[in-house]
Amino acid sequence: MITSTVAVSAAAAIAERRARRPGASIFAGRAHAPIMRNAYALRTTNALTFLTGFVEPVIFLVAFGYGVGGLIGSVEVNGVEVSYAAFIAPALLASSAMSGALMDATFNVFFKMHYMRIYQTMMSTSLGSFDVALGEIGWAMLRGAAYAVGFTVVVGLAGLLTSWWALLMIPAAVLIAFAFASIGMTITSYMRSFHQLNWLNFFLLPLFLFSGTFFPITLYPEWLQSIIMVTPLWQAIAMTRSLAFGIFDGALVVHVAYFLVLAAVGLVLTSRRLEALFLR
Amino acid sequence: MIRAQGLTKRYDDFVAVDGIDFAVERGESFGILGPNGAGKSTTMRMLGATLQRTSGDLMILGRDPAHEGPTIRAHLGVVPQQDNLDTELTVTENLYTYGRYFGLPKSYLMPRIDELLAFAQLEDKRSAKVDALSGGMKRRLTIARGLVNEPSILLLDEPTTGLDPQARHVLWDRLFRLKETGVTLVITTHYMDEAEQLCERLVVMDGGRIVAEGAPAALIREHSTREVVEVRFGSDRNAEVAAQLGDIGERLEVLPDRILIYTDAGEADLQRIVARGFMPVTSLVRRASLEDVFLRLTGRTLADE
Repeated sequence: MITSTVAVSAAAAIAERRARRPGASIFAGRAHAPIMRNAYALRTTNALTFLTGFVEPVIFLVAFGYGVGGLIGSVEVNGVEVSYAAFIAPALLASSAMSGALMDATFNVFFKMHYMRIYQTMMSTSLGSFDVALGEIGWAMLRGAAYAVGFTVVVGLAGLLTSWWALLMIPAAVLIAFAFASIGMTITSYMRSFHQLNWLNFFLLPLFLFSGTFFPITLYPEWLQSIIMVTPLWQAIAMTRSLAFGIFDGALVVHVAYFLVLAAVGLVLTSRRLEALFLR
Repeated sequence: MIRAQGLTKRYDDFVAVDGIDFAVERGESFGILGPNGAGKSTTMRMLGATLQRTSGDLMILGRDPAHEGPTIRAHLGVVPQQDNLDTELTVTENLYTYGRYFGLPKSYLMPRIDELLAFAQLEDKRSAKVDALSGGMKRRLTIARGLVNEPSILLLDEPTTGLDPQARHVLWDRLFRLKETGVTLVITTHYMDEAEQLCERLVVMDGGRIVAEGAPAALIREHSTREVVEVRFGSDRNAEVAAQLGDIGERLEVLPDRILIYTDAGEADLQRIVARGFMPVTSLVRRASLEDVFLRLTGRTLADE
């Protein structure tokens, strides 16, 4: 027959076992469940929208790296002459990790949150808010990371990877994507309409253009430089660029720490927001 | 199974649920009736451990949802008022992912999903997308989804609202079978026939409070007469005629379109009316229903006016 309530059900037994662990009220150790859900859903979404994220940085690389690069010639990084394309490639990689993660953590999350009520459904099961936050942020991270890996392949094929150290840009991109997804989802959870979300794009464009992507920020006055150095995309680009050219110094540790903190803060805040929105 | 005492939910200056007391026993099917805005859905969400109470006590399966939310939710099946099926997934995937949210392994879920699809009469719709299903099918899928984790309590918030009569009867039949297997059902509804069909015991809520409690038949006995005579004399004459029928039946109610006479002997009273020379345009003697009780207790004005 369809159900029996004589013994404790399998689902209840799983929850009872978990309940003894610390943090059980927000975390059931099942962040993979939302990720799996998204993987199923991916099969039904338009593959073309997913592919745009791959193509975008390549277009910039061709237009700026080879177009503008043709006019500029080479650039000096840390005392070494590199082509302009090789100079901007790590920056485009960092920003593709960022925008891939944000695509998911903003518009998709907003849609799932308010229109599909996916999180309401998840939170009515024994999943905790931290499971949902970690799963969704993890998924957005995967998207950012996928774009970064794809772009690294393109950059490698174009012969712009100057050393094996440059492959470290991939774990760096994963970290960047995770942190942006994390903060992106937190911000999205406060948004009330798609209209407000569009404002996010308004801030992303200057972030993309002025974070040392296409020219070093040393061209700016000092006060502006110190502001830019606090912003996340500059941190990301500085990190990938120093890895691409094998520059290992204290600054790299700062960049990594910066993103670890950002990721952790966003994760905790997102989890709390889900709690406030769906378990008031 | 469920015990609420002084259960209250307050939003800023609005009290949605105002200190209600009730208990639901194992295997029971318990109804919460009330007009829109009575506090039914708010109560349901507190029972579902997805909404924190402002004050009062609530124990579900001997646990406090304020502290043991995830564990309680593992024991519950939830069928929300609005279908929130995953429209990006197929029927089977909906059930499978939902089971995964509870941490249930694939080996457990595969046979379970077959059972549930048979129960929900959706076996031919396995790989259909949710949007391609009819309203009744979506509801049945939502109920099947709520059963994935073998809940001991199933919470149904207005399960048949918006369905056509055929779909409602199919759904009632499924819920009845479920009840027979020992699942405790908690159902909110504003359909009186539904409450009479499905609920052994119910509370009537109005303005966040419980205004009556009991078995449907007992509530009718307590708050209404056995029968109701409905007579129409045309909207301009109803009030005038009613003034001269005051001694007939136990209670008389004049509505714009008809007069209701609450009585234990409907046919006899109708004959008395006719004998006095009042010839109704239409007349009807019927058994009193839960609807009479409901309207008596919660009034005839629209809840949202």
